[in-house]
Amino acid sequence: MDWRQLWEICSAPDNVPIVGLIPLLAFYIYLAWKQAHANDVLIDQLEADPALAKTHHRKTWPFKPGWQKEVHVWPFLLRIEFLAAIIVTIILMVWSITLNAPLEEPANPNLTMNPAKAPWYFLGLQEMLVYFDPWIAGVVMPTMIIIGLMVIPYIDTNPLGSGYYTWKQRKFSIGTFLFGFVILWVAMIIIGTFIRGPGWQWFWPGQTWDHNRLIYEVNRDLPDIFGITSNLGKGIFGAIVVGGFYVLGGGAVYSLFRRKMPKDFQRMSLLQFSIMVSLWLTMAALPLKMALRLIWHIKYVWITPWFNI
Amino acid sequence: MADENKNGGSNTPSSNGKNGGKVGVLEKVTTTVKEDIQALKTDIPAKVKEQVEGLKDPTKTQVYTSIFRHKHDDTPRNRALGVLSNVFLHLHPAKINRDAVRYSYTWGMGGITFYLFIILTYTGVLLMFYYHPSKVQAFRDVLYLEHDVPFGKILRNMHRWAAHLMVIGVWLHMFRVFLTGSYKKPREFNWNIGVLLLVFTLLLSFTGYLLPDDQLGFWAVTVGTNMARATPLLGHEGPFGPQLGMTPYNDVRFGLLGGSIVDANALLRSYIWHCIGIPIVASVLMIVHFWRVRKDGGISGPAPVMLTEEADKPRRGPKAAGE
Repeated sequence: MDWRQLWEICSAPDNVPIVGLIPLLAFYIYLAWKQAHANDVLIDQLEADPALAKTHHRKTWPFKPGWQKEVHVWPFLLRIEFLAAIIVTIILMVWSITLNAPLEEPANPNLTMNPAKAPWYFLGLQEMLVYFDPWIAGVVMPTMIIIGLMVIPYIDTNPLGSGYYTWKQRKFSIGTFLFGFVILWVAMIIIGTFIRGPGWQWFWPGQTWDHNRLIYEVNRDLPDIFGITSNLGKGIFGAIVVGGFYVLGGGAVYSLFRRKMPKDFQRMSLLQFSIMVSLWLTMAALPLKMALRLIWHIKYVWITPWFNI
Repeated sequence: MADENKNGGSNTPSSNGKNGGKVGVLEKVTTTVKEDIQALKTDIPAKVKEQVEGLKDPTKTQVYTSIFRHKHDDTPRNRALGVLSNVFLHLHPAKINRDAVRYSYTWGMGGITFYLFIILTYTGVLLMFYYHPSKVQAFRDVLYLEHDVPFGKILRNMHRWAAHLMVIGVWLHMFRVFLTGSYKKPREFNWNIGVLLLVFTLLLSFTGYLLPDDQLGFWAVTVGTNMARATPLLGHEGPFGPQLGMTPYNDVRFGLLGGSIVDANALLRSYIWHCIGIPIVASVLMIVHFWRVRKDGGISGPAPVMLTEEADKPRRGPKAAGE
């Protein structure tokens, strides 16, 4: 166990935000879960008792007759904003006094940093470079993430859970977002920051970053395993595998919706459903490709003269 | 002086005509001045008294009432006016739902992000006074800032850490908005503005990363922009790029960097995007974002929970009434 190495990584000034992000995210997930659970209990209670549902104010917080429904922004909101501004300022001041912003040697194109890392918030994408070619990891994926985020309001037709925390009423959408944000985005950043060392090799926390370490990896392509040698054959094989993933995956999602969420399926138009399925499967392809690479050492699935996937 | 002597010399009772008139003027002046002095003795203390009385309540002065259009009494009307008559506060409604002020619901992340943007603008402008976006000079400016400029080090530190905090703030804000389903009707469009603001926040941070012109920024931006080589169709290493005539000297990466490597032009382009281009675009989007929050009905909740059987029932309109 190399504590010094671990400390060096954790205390590198630009890694501190990530060290801070982990407990922060854990706290807010807890806070959201606590409220979602309370709301779900209330929903269960009201659904079991229609008479109560008609009279209940439908929030977990108490509301007594005679209380005003609204409060003045001045002072009841502004004092909170003022307090928040002061607290943020204090945190920022203390942080800026105690920890200096990083400044390395002057830029030198002839001396490559090893590891050369992108800013921490892009490390998830850099980690994806291990599993995908740059045009996918660096261009297509960020574009898909942005487009995917933007279409969310238009493909999520579930009217429940608008304006309150809940898990029971939105399992699929919240599950998907948690997976995308916490696992695929934040966890990849954590791997990129704390695990990836020189040569972008995998070093467990506490392992010394050995600049001379060599790993002999024999990566194969999926067509090779099936004994396909001709370029045309590889192209056709890959198209079938990738196409098959989307067709079979689409069928599986359809089956899931028909059985578990028939109402949601009913509400969605064909366009909404197909956009949702293709984006969802593309997201699911990420960990699948990672597993192929990490467990079976498979590099490409689909090989063509112009691009490889 | 000479004229006065002349007048004085001819000032005799026998004189008349013009000289007699002059005597009258002098007497008039003297009496007037005496009267004035007499009046001052009473007027000034009165004015002073009035002034002091006036200053006891500065809220009644013309200067004050010209700035603040209403009284400061603790009445519901004044509480509302305090928000409505202030250009900075009027983004808020006068009153909000009593539960909407709960921190556990909003996490305050949107506001904190905006506050950090203000801090970043403020510290950023100060940093610009000490920075030249040119090779060699840029790195020296940062060293100068760290070692010689009074409070230069804390200025740079605050800018850096506020930038990181802002990225985290934007993420957590988006996370909260998703978990509370706040992107749902009628807030779909504002969610989209928010996604764009997320992208511009990351781009702001990324363009700033290069500016110290040190190894860290240089290689981070090199790694980052190398991805652009692989842009399909538009990058010289991307799928179908070479077929479309892309080379390192005309592809999308060349456009981003102003060259085929991260050099002086890339530094200048980063600087201009960082200090002028993106902040303007982001500010415009922020204006739209905040305005839409109000126009879409204020913050989304905490709303009363909906039950499953109510999901497909119309909540308003003739249909809901007819049921």
